Amino acid sequence: MNMENVLLKAATELTLVLLMLGILLAFIRLLIGPDPADRIVALDLISILIVGLLAAFSVYTDEKSFLDVAIAYALIAFLGTVALARYRERLAKKHDRFKTIKDIHK
Amino acid sequence: MNDIVTALFLIAGGIFSFIASLGMLRLPDTIIRMHAATKAGALGAGLIIVAQAFYHFELATTLRSIAVVTFILLTAPVAAHLIGRAAYCSKVTLWKKTWIDELANTCDWRIPEFDTDENSKPESQDSK
Repeated sequence: MNMENVLLKAATELTLVLLMLGILLAFIRLLIGPDPADRIVALDLISILIVGLLAAFSVYTDEKSFLDVAIAYALIAFLGTVALARYRERLAKKHDRFKTIKDIHK
Repeated sequence: MNDIVTALFLIAGGIFSFIASLGMLRLPDTIIRMHAATKAGALGAGLIIVAQAFYHFELATTLRSIAVVTFILLTAPVAAHLIGRAAYCSKVTLWKKTWIDELANTCDWRIPEFDTDENSKPESQDSK
């Protein structure tokens, strides 16, 4: 085993550990986030980090097909983030309208 | 040579991703946290995908890597804009040191052009 292989293996393992720690920290924000918008942001960050994790894992296992998984995961994660953000906005609007109508009828 | 470039890009991407999630945990306010998550997170994931393209170093993988990086760079601002708008319009509490709020009166649902719900505008359905 030559020098470059050792360097690459160490770098890949360090990157995987950093990404897993990052996902763990984002999970803490997902749990404690005071607003639903905080949780949506944390989910968005987790999905971006999982795309990076898939790419790093494709280097670690020397398997090219993990990149296809990363493409599909990025697509689905974007759609999920958009849907959750629109849901949050609609919820806020409904709540606001409800308050306004109650103020009128007071 | 390729292995050294791959290792450098991998470590840079991992550090940027870790900084993004550190900011996610430590920053004081939803909108500031969204700033950390989208920019640093997209940069970290993009660097790791570039590292993966350097590692395999063939045409098909490189083209797919370019597609993924382009897709991430296109969708991260859109997602950030949507989350930021939803967070601001649901009147999330801003940081206490926020001293300028230029959108202060724009996010009122009673302003008609801000109303994006199609069901509440019957005249637009008549004009079709």
